[in-house]
Amino acid sequence: MSTTVRIKKGADIKLVGEAEKSLEKAAQSDVFAIQPPDFHGLTPKMDVKEGDEVLAGSPLFHNKKKDNIRFCSPVSGEVAEVVRGAKRRIMEIRVIPDKEIKFKDFGAIDPKSVDREKLINTMLEAGLWPMLRQRPFSVIADPEDKPRAIFISGFDSNPLAPDPDFVIQDNQELFQLGLDAMVKLADGAPVHLNIKKGTTALKDMKGVTLNNVSGPHPAGNVGVQIHHIMPINKSDVMWYLDPQDVINIGRFLKTGNTDLRKIVALTGSEVKNPKYFEMRMGSNLKDILSGGLTEGNNRIISGNVLNGNKISEDGFLGFYNNQITVIPEGDEPQFFLTEGWLAPGFSKFSLNRSFPSWLMPGKKYTLNTNKNGEERAYVMTGEYEKVFPFDIFPVQLVKSIIVNDIESMENLGIYEVAPEDFALCEYSCTSKIQVQKLVREGLDTIMEEFK
Amino acid sequence: MKGLHKFLEKNVKPQFEEGGKLEKFYPAYDALATFAFVPGHTTSPGGVHVRDGIDLKRTMFTVVIALIPCLLFGIWNIGHQYAINLSDAGMASWIGEGNSATFWDKFLFGLPLVLPVVIVAYAVGLGVEFLFAIIKKHQVNEGFLVSGMLIPLIMPIDTPLWMVAVGTIFAVVIGKEVFGGTGMNILNVALTARAFLFFAYPTKMSGNDVWIHTGYDSSKASTEAGTMVDGFTGATPLANAFEGAIDQLPSFYASFMGWIPGSIGSTSVVMVLIGAAILLITGIGSWRIMLSATIGGALMGMLFNWIGPAYFPDNLYLQIPWYHQLVLGGFAFGVVFMATDPVTASQTKTGKIWYGLFIGLLAILIRTVNPAYPEGIMLAILFMNVMAPMIDHYVVQGNIKKRQKRAKLATATA
Repeated sequence: MSTTVRIKKGADIKLVGEAEKSLEKAAQSDVFAIQPPDFHGLTPKMDVKEGDEVLAGSPLFHNKKKDNIRFCSPVSGEVAEVVRGAKRRIMEIRVIPDKEIKFKDFGAIDPKSVDREKLINTMLEAGLWPMLRQRPFSVIADPEDKPRAIFISGFDSNPLAPDPDFVIQDNQELFQLGLDAMVKLADGAPVHLNIKKGTTALKDMKGVTLNNVSGPHPAGNVGVQIHHIMPINKSDVMWYLDPQDVINIGRFLKTGNTDLRKIVALTGSEVKNPKYFEMRMGSNLKDILSGGLTEGNNRIISGNVLNGNKISEDGFLGFYNNQITVIPEGDEPQFFLTEGWLAPGFSKFSLNRSFPSWLMPGKKYTLNTNKNGEERAYVMTGEYEKVFPFDIFPVQLVKSIIVNDIESMENLGIYEVAPEDFALCEYSCTSKIQVQKLVREGLDTIMEEFK
Repeated sequence: MKGLHKFLEKNVKPQFEEGGKLEKFYPAYDALATFAFVPGHTTSPGGVHVRDGIDLKRTMFTVVIALIPCLLFGIWNIGHQYAINLSDAGMASWIGEGNSATFWDKFLFGLPLVLPVVIVAYAVGLGVEFLFAIIKKHQVNEGFLVSGMLIPLIMPIDTPLWMVAVGTIFAVVIGKEVFGGTGMNILNVALTARAFLFFAYPTKMSGNDVWIHTGYDSSKASTEAGTMVDGFTGATPLANAFEGAIDQLPSFYASFMGWIPGSIGSTSVVMVLIGAAILLITGIGSWRIMLSATIGGALMGMLFNWIGPAYFPDNLYLQIPWYHQLVLGGFAFGVVFMATDPVTASQTKTGKIWYGLFIGLLAILIRTVNPAYPEGIMLAILFMNVMAPMIDHYVVQGNIKKRQKRAKLATATA
């Protein structure tokens, strides 16, 4: 039963630096890494030590609490370094690749005829499982669960996000294969593929429920789509994954190799030639960033400006990211009359109409990382509601998280949301409250309570 | 401006930082420095990397800008009322015979009377805020930028300055700081000040004699007018109406334009509408509250128009046409600037509609039925401030029930 979802609340933040539709195959980088912090709530347990030789598809580490969830090397080569952070937390496992990548062979699989158990086990073994995440909590799915549905958002509505047609058009066959695997995993439960109105690459996919979604960001967030198509109740579990990972799973099933790639949009106002790159997962970004950025103090983000992570110029692509954004840092003070809080503010994008940006709907902005103010207690009301397309009271939910009231969190719908769904609320917040962080804390509290 | 910032960072800031001579006063320095320069603080490495341009300073200042038409009109109106009353009393005055005083005469007459009230309200209020920030070692919040402007505008012109100061201190300390400061208060701060003075010093805040300046400045008065001060009383129209003088009520037009006696800045509906336009265009004031409060007032007015003549022929006030009720007194000012205070109003969309509606209904009810309080809007807003969390509670409960019902339905069908 296909559904049409029209999102009305939300906003598209138009930034300078959209990727031009040209694809470059990035040269193989000289070091790869899997970063455990990409997977929220994970306690990694190492399977290799520095100096070990690995194949593409051999495990590097696994989840200490659920040891069948493995994380595998994207390339063959030598484990070069286990980078640790504060409290000896494992931050990166670096692998120096062979010139010619050698793959561990898992054998081609026909998703239609394969046994569900076997499919799950092979995906676990090959390290593909972490691509599947679950709502609530937005963490790696539990292979023992039976989801109520599997959701795939066919597009990303975040600022400067990759164009879904451009990314998928050459891989439609692999996508269908991956989709068939999802149908198998769903085991009779519906698989929802949600397509942005007007896009074509996914409209002929078979075996799943196709839904049309339109409207401003966060229409592309899977949480928003789930809420409007099949809202989550307490104790429900939904699985979801990224369209590029559907392609990766498809390629794995076809070849039996963990040949995991991503088409990544290099975007942002500080990128000289914003365009798309094809690279292996876990690639180091030094090669494509160096020389390609403008001079000055820039912030490099793996992901988008709303929920990505800051990385260094020789950082790695995040596991779930298809985009790199580079924007200027805003660490300069702003005099209140010329560029600060009392200035007309032509260069600032605001969802509040005290700035002129609402009169110039087509304008693209170069925004920096300045907070444009200091954190305050909640004063304004009705702001979050304008950009939060859920039948949930966002401020009340956040306040219940602040006071750590578990019952209220449940009642107010915390199971239906993830931090990314609050990104625009955080953006527009007059009081500069770190909403996504709070929502994550709330989800952690609930997970801890009911584990 | 970079030079100034460098100077502050290099020479001034160290004095206030840990180990500096003025360490204790860091919040005061911080407030002033961040007023002049939005600090170069950047977003955290996770979460949003860009932030909206809006902050609380801009928000609050937009409201202050929206209040300025009311302030300017109020200054003029003080002079205007004074001139009218002098000529009514048959006395020549320094501003000329009869009504011949010019716009600037009136404005410049009002200015030295109003400005001290504004200055005292801001100085005292910000003083208390800074003091609390220093004692509690937190940042100075912007909330008082608006309160400091609202307080003078709702005072009668001859309120002694010490009273303005006492009322402001009471409002900031008891109305706001004890609850935790800006964003935490239950009652509207400016109205708390007004209500405190209203009940503590009723002779100065209500009745017939406080709404027009009666002060006497001998240096400016012509000799024969030297003893005129007691010659007239400046009754407010609302007070007049209660004494049966319903025919003395200013016309709809005069009340709409605002050249009638009243609090310093709240008489002119035109100026309030200009302010309302600013608040609505920027989206900083809630249209739901403004609209529903106006509807509430109109409904109550209509109800009294309907039942008044038949059942309560003695209360002539009930017979004032409903549309006239809306432009009298501080109703419009309260609805636009006080009821919409986001901290003390309802926070949910539906809640805002009910909250506004009840403010409108109660304001007219109190004004017309209870002779002691001709200015019902103040009490109506304060009362609904207290009720707002309860309204929100029921709205939120509705959402929760819906969610629980959905969950039940899902388990039933599963």
